[in-house]
Amino acid sequence: MDLMTMVLKMSEGLGKTCAIFFLTLLFSLPLGMIVALLRRSKNKIVSNVTRFFISVLRGTPLMLQLIAVTYGPYYLFGLTVSRNKLIPVVIAFAINYAAYFAEIYRSGIDSMPVGQYEAAEVLGYSKVQTFMKIILPQVIRRILPSMTNEIVTLVKDTSMAFTVSYQEMFTIGKQIANSQTSFMPFIVAGVFYYVFNAIVGFAMGKVEDKMNYYEM
Amino acid sequence: MSILSMQNIEKSFDNIEVLKDISFSVEEGEVVSIIGPSGSGKSTLLRCATFLETIDSGLIAYNDEPVTTMVDGKCVYAKDLNNFRKRFGLVFQNFNLFPHYSVLKNMMDAPVSVLGRDKAEVEEECMALLKKMGLEDRADAYPCQLSGGQQQRVSIVRALAMKPEILFFDEPTSALDPELTGEVLKVIKELADENMTMVIVTHEMAFARAVSDRVIFMADGVIVEQGAPEDVFGDTQNERTKQFLANYNR
Repeated sequence: MDLMTMVLKMSEGLGKTCAIFFLTLLFSLPLGMIVALLRRSKNKIVSNVTRFFISVLRGTPLMLQLIAVTYGPYYLFGLTVSRNKLIPVVIAFAINYAAYFAEIYRSGIDSMPVGQYEAAEVLGYSKVQTFMKIILPQVIRRILPSMTNEIVTLVKDTSMAFTVSYQEMFTIGKQIANSQTSFMPFIVAGVFYYVFNAIVGFAMGKVEDKMNYYEM
Repeated sequence: MSILSMQNIEKSFDNIEVLKDISFSVEEGEVVSIIGPSGSGKSTLLRCATFLETIDSGLIAYNDEPVTTMVDGKCVYAKDLNNFRKRFGLVFQNFNLFPHYSVLKNMMDAPVSVLGRDKAEVEEECMALLKKMGLEDRADAYPCQLSGGQQQRVSIVRALAMKPEILFFDEPTSALDPELTGEVLKVIKELADENMTMVIVTHEMAFARAVSDRVIFMADGVIVEQGAPEDVFGDTQNERTKQFLANYNR
């Protein structure tokens, strides 16, 4: 198999790689915020249960979580494993990344000076208004560098979907490598991820520049 | 009718009594300065008046409308505190401007999104206020681009944009160097000349003496003495007041 065919074949999986990436972000970014708010809840039971879930999701391999979500329903309840593996893959990714994002959000929210809340309170802002208009925009600005870090990791982590044989780019590359006994597909995959992350890095840099119009 | 009335206010933090049975009221157009050593409860008193702290017992009322009532020995707050919040403004020691909003947006956002007022109308008023402060060319600047004195003046006009009946100042110049203090004090003096009702917690004794109708000296959670500035600063008979003021007259 020549290099061009290899690249073309692997490109077919790129759509699925992107699907994991964007769907994970779509669900984990808001879910992470909910988890962060639960984690900060004044109710000790709520915050401790949330803390426990975060520690499990961060403390066990994503690979294991992928297998658990994909095949767990079969082993536990005898349900057939769905042919479309995108659903369990995205569920596993979204939950895992929500846990990481939640901790980033939490650190950002905790770093806000109390004076911002007090100024808003005296001016009569409601709790929701204070959070949405005053706190959140500043938190986003503060956590952007850590978010970029996490998102870059997500790009590379999509390759983990090979463990459940989801036909994304890396899975296809691995299959070609096996059948052709060639190392070439791994190099191609490396280039793909590098370019993908270069784009992500550039985009996040632009977002950071856009938000840097003020100093904290 | 008093604009603000606080009766028998008690407040403790972790069993340490910070306010001990404090009573005082503010009449319309009156400028009241509160002076006293650190830890005397001055700032806590302001924070209780603006609901940033809840009192343990006592009565707070604005225009004779009760904010708190005592039910079975417990202090109960009125449900709609925003109904009272729109009557006062608070200027903080460290400004607490919203850094991600421009000067104009800092001023306009609460009147528009909290009071639901017309945007164009609010903008016109805010620009007029900025012009009065000589800050109209800074309307689109962000707080980080302003000097400390300018930031504090913006935080004063932000409070004024809500059209409060009474304005509280919590050590408004303590975070400023002496050079910038003057421009903030000048603004407060101008407001006093316009008969704005104000309560000012301050360590600027000369200023308190010049601007106030009444001076309150607090120490250890109680009002030790209050009266006309010439009486308190001029010839106080109270030993504790004398001892405190002696530090400033050196």
